[in-house]
Amino acid sequence: MQSKPRLLSILDAVTVALLLIATGMVFFYAPEEAVMGQVQRVFYFHVAAGWVGMLGFLVAAVAGIAYLRSGERKWDITGLAAVEIGMAFAFINVITGSIWARPIWNTWWTWDPRLTTATIMLLIYAAYLMLRSGIEDPDRRARFGAVYAIVGFISVPLTFFSARLFRTIHPVVIGSNQPGAEGAFDMTPKMLQTFLFSLLVFSFIFVDLLWHRVRLGWLQDKVEQLKLKTMG
Amino acid sequence: MLLQQGPAETTVYMVAGYAVIFGVMLAYLASLWVRRNNLAQDLQVLQEMEQKQ
Repeated sequence: MQSKPRLLSILDAVTVALLLIATGMVFFYAPEEAVMGQVQRVFYFHVAAGWVGMLGFLVAAVAGIAYLRSGERKWDITGLAAVEIGMAFAFINVITGSIWARPIWNTWWTWDPRLTTATIMLLIYAAYLMLRSGIEDPDRRARFGAVYAIVGFISVPLTFFSARLFRTIHPVVIGSNQPGAEGAFDMTPKMLQTFLFSLLVFSFIFVDLLWHRVRLGWLQDKVEQLKLKTMG
Repeated sequence: MLLQQGPAETTVYMVAGYAVIFGVMLAYLASLWVRRNNLAQDLQVLQEMEQKQ
């Protein structure tokens, strides 16, 4: 088993330090929002988690294209890793959104276009994992996974633009809100700094986790090959 | 909320939100750790079997 690269250890330490700083900024630097109160602080990591979710699915689609072009195992391992991380963060995004919605919209859930497309996106990638687990042959699994990751990526821009294209009550950060948007607020400079810093920190988290998950994928590969060799 | 004076009291929702955020992140880290340990054990057993063969 390969030892952990020094650069990864450094990245781990930097990521944890950055996460602690971001958490401190969320709770002690950013001011309390005048109408929504403390729950607005969920916004910083809610959006950052959504960003990592979509980034993960983008990386999976790119890895899928790279796999279909080259057939190299590394792209299949990277694609699977990216989807898994993307799903964890998209899940955080949906659940924290629901928690925020309870006091602001007076409901845990509504079939609003943004919420619906985000949930469909999450289910599409859950199906990706189910599809993979149902295929025994590694090459076939990788090929199917690559095609699915590319096609499934259609759900990502659909989710991102749903709050801009359709009539929705979900507020948006970039661009102008729909007339019926509820829970929108003007960001003060400190709020904006905290928000942008959170996006940066979550990007570090994504790279760090991706590296760890890819290493796990290689280890899994090695075990599978050895199993075939010794038992087959 | 339009007629309220001062921010709404929503601290409990903020706590719940951050519990989910850190809970899911820690659960994912734990799953990576468990899977890695299991694979490392499998690898060790398989390497021993290979040596015996």
